[in-house]
Amino acid sequence: MAHVPNPRPTGDFRVSYAADRTLFKTRNETYFVIAGVLLVALAPLFFGGYVLSQLILIGIYAIAALGLNVLTGMTGQISLGHGAFFGFGAFASAWIASRGIPVMFAIPLAGVMTMAVGMVFGIPAARLKGLYLAIATLASQYILEDFFARADWFTGGTYGSLAETASFFGYQLDSDASYLYLVLFWVIVSFVGVANLARTRDGRALVAVRDHYLSAEIMGINLTKYRILSFGISSFFAGIGGALYGHYLGFVSGEGFTILLSIEFLAMIIIGGLGSVSGSLLGAAFILLLPQAMEIFANAVATVVPAIAQGTAYIKQMSVGAAIILFLVLEPEGLVHRWRLMRASWKLYPFSH
Amino acid sequence: MADHGSTLLRVDGVSLRFGGVKALSDVTFDVRKGELFSLIGPNGAGKTSMLNCISGRYRPTEGDIEWRGENLLKHSINDRAKLGIGRTFQNLALFGHMSVLDNILVGRHHRLKNNFLTGMTYWIGGARREELNERRFVETIIDFLEIQHVRNEPAGILSYGLRKRVELARAMAIEPELILLDEPMAGMNLEEKEDMARFILALREEFAMTIMMIEHDMGVVVDLSDRVAVLDFGKVIAAGLPDEVLADEHVKKAYLGEDDEVLHALAEEQERATA
Repeated sequence: MAHVPNPRPTGDFRVSYAADRTLFKTRNETYFVIAGVLLVALAPLFFGGYVLSQLILIGIYAIAALGLNVLTGMTGQISLGHGAFFGFGAFASAWIASRGIPVMFAIPLAGVMTMAVGMVFGIPAARLKGLYLAIATLASQYILEDFFARADWFTGGTYGSLAETASFFGYQLDSDASYLYLVLFWVIVSFVGVANLARTRDGRALVAVRDHYLSAEIMGINLTKYRILSFGISSFFAGIGGALYGHYLGFVSGEGFTILLSIEFLAMIIIGGLGSVSGSLLGAAFILLLPQAMEIFANAVATVVPAIAQGTAYIKQMSVGAAIILFLVLEPEGLVHRWRLMRASWKLYPFSH
Repeated sequence: MADHGSTLLRVDGVSLRFGGVKALSDVTFDVRKGELFSLIGPNGAGKTSMLNCISGRYRPTEGDIEWRGENLLKHSINDRAKLGIGRTFQNLALFGHMSVLDNILVGRHHRLKNNFLTGMTYWIGGARREELNERRFVETIIDFLEIQHVRNEPAGILSYGLRKRVELARAMAIEPELILLDEPMAGMNLEEKEDMARFILALREEFAMTIMMIEHDMGVVVDLSDRVAVLDFGKVIAAGLPDEVLADEHVKKAYLGEDDEVLHALAEEQERATA
C-alpha cells in the first residue's frame, strides 16, 4: 500500500496522548462525519422511498462489508463464504424473532449466533493460508447454502421464512423512513466499534498477523486464536447485516445468499479499500449504485443511438463489468486511497509534498 | 562489567536436523544473568538456527533448553514473550503497514489486558485508560532510540537503519529479561553501528536486560561481549572470553578457511550425514 502523507494543519499540536489517539485525526474530519450522519438522519424529510431504500441497503451491505474487511483487510484472510454468513444472520434473526423475542434483541443475538458459526468455519484458518483458505471458506459457503435448503425447522427450507417487522417500544418500524434509523444506528455502532478495534490491542494483533505472522508470534500473539477470532468478528457483522436485511424485506429465502453475494462483498472491500474502515462504506455504496448509474448511462446512450434500445440491459451489465475492471486497473488500492490523495493534494497545495 | 550472575538460559546438548542436514549438533552453552553473550561463526554455521530454537521457531531434535532452571521447550512460541524472551530478526520482520508506534505497541501485547470487546467499546471497560498508559512507556523507548520523528510513519517506508532501530524498539517493548539480537548491525555504516553499540550497552545498563547477540563484526563482538561462543558446522568449536576465543587456532582457521583437522572431521561428518 503506497503511503500517502496526511499532514496536520499548522498549529495543531497534540499535547496529550489522548489527543493523539482520537477516532478522527482532525477537527474537520470529525465535522465531516457528523455532517454525514445528520444528512442521512434528515433524509426522510427530503427524499422518497427509493432514495431511502438505497440508503438502507447501502447501510446493510456496508456493515457486512466492514466485517469482511476485518477478516480480509485487517487480518489478510480471504473468505469466499461471507455471503452465506450474511444469509445465516438473516435466517437466525427471523428464527429468533419467531420464538417471541423482540426483533431489537433478535438482531444482536443473530450476530452472536453467526459469530459462533463463523468461528467454527474459521477453524481451518489455523492451518491454511491464501488460496487454500479461500477454497476452505468456499466449502463453508456451500455447506451453509445446503443447510438453508434443508433445515426446515430453522430456515423454512425451500419456502423461506417470514421475518417479523422490527418495532421500537411498540412503534412499528414498517416504513423505509423509520427503518433507516435502525440501520443508521447499527452502522454507527459497527463502524465506531471497528475503528476502536483498530486502535487497541486485539486490532493491532490482527494486523500484525497479516503483516508478519512469524514475528507476531514472537511478540506473544497466539496465531490460531486471532485467526479464528477474526472469522468470529467478521461473521458477527455479516450476521448483523443479514438480520437487518431479513427484517427489512420481511421475508428470507436462501436463493439470495449464493457465492455471487460473497464475491460482491469482496468487490466492495477491494474497491473501497482493503483494511480501511471508511472504505467499506464507500465500496458498498459504489457496488450498489454502480448498476443504477450504468442503467441511466445505457438509457442515455439508447436515446442517442435508437438502434441499440433493445440492448440496454446488456449495455448496463457490460458497463458494470467494465467500470469495475477500469477501477481495479486505475485505482487498485481503492476509493479510500483516491480520497487520501485528494486530501493530501489540497492540504499541501501549492506544493507537491 | 556484568556480575556474571546465575545462569538464565541453559542450552544443553541441542541438536537440530532437517532431513539429512544436521544444522546443530550437540550444542551446549549457557547465558548468565546480566551478561552480553555473543554467538559467532561463519555463514551457515547454525547461529540463527540456534536462536530460532530459543525463540521457538524450531524445535530441537535432541537436547534441552532450560529457562531459569525450567524446561523452555514445553512452552509455545507465543508464551515466550510472557516468559521474558524477546528477539529481533536478521532480515527485518516489522509490520510494514503499521505505524512505528503501533509496531512498538504490538510488543506490549502480552502486558495489555483489553480484548476485542473492551477494545471496541473503547471508552467503556478501561481500554482507553490502558492504551494511553501504555503509550507513556512506549514513548520512553522511542526517546531512548531516538526515533521520535518517525513515530507516526508506517514502518515499511523507513530506511534500513531506522527499521533496525524500530525492530529493537519493538523487542524492548516486550520488557524481556533476555533479548536475542540477530545481527543487529548487519548492513549498517560506521555511524549507525556506533549508535547501535551505544543502544545495546544501554539495554544492559539502563534496562537491565541480558543480551545474546549474533554478530559478524569482530570489532563489535570483542568490544561489547562478556563471553563468546563460536559455532562452525553446527558445533561449538570454542567458548570463553572474547580475546581468548579469537586467539583459538580452530576459530582462526574456521574464519580464514585454512586446513584444520577438527574442522575437516566436522565437514566430513556432515557430508556423510547428508549422503
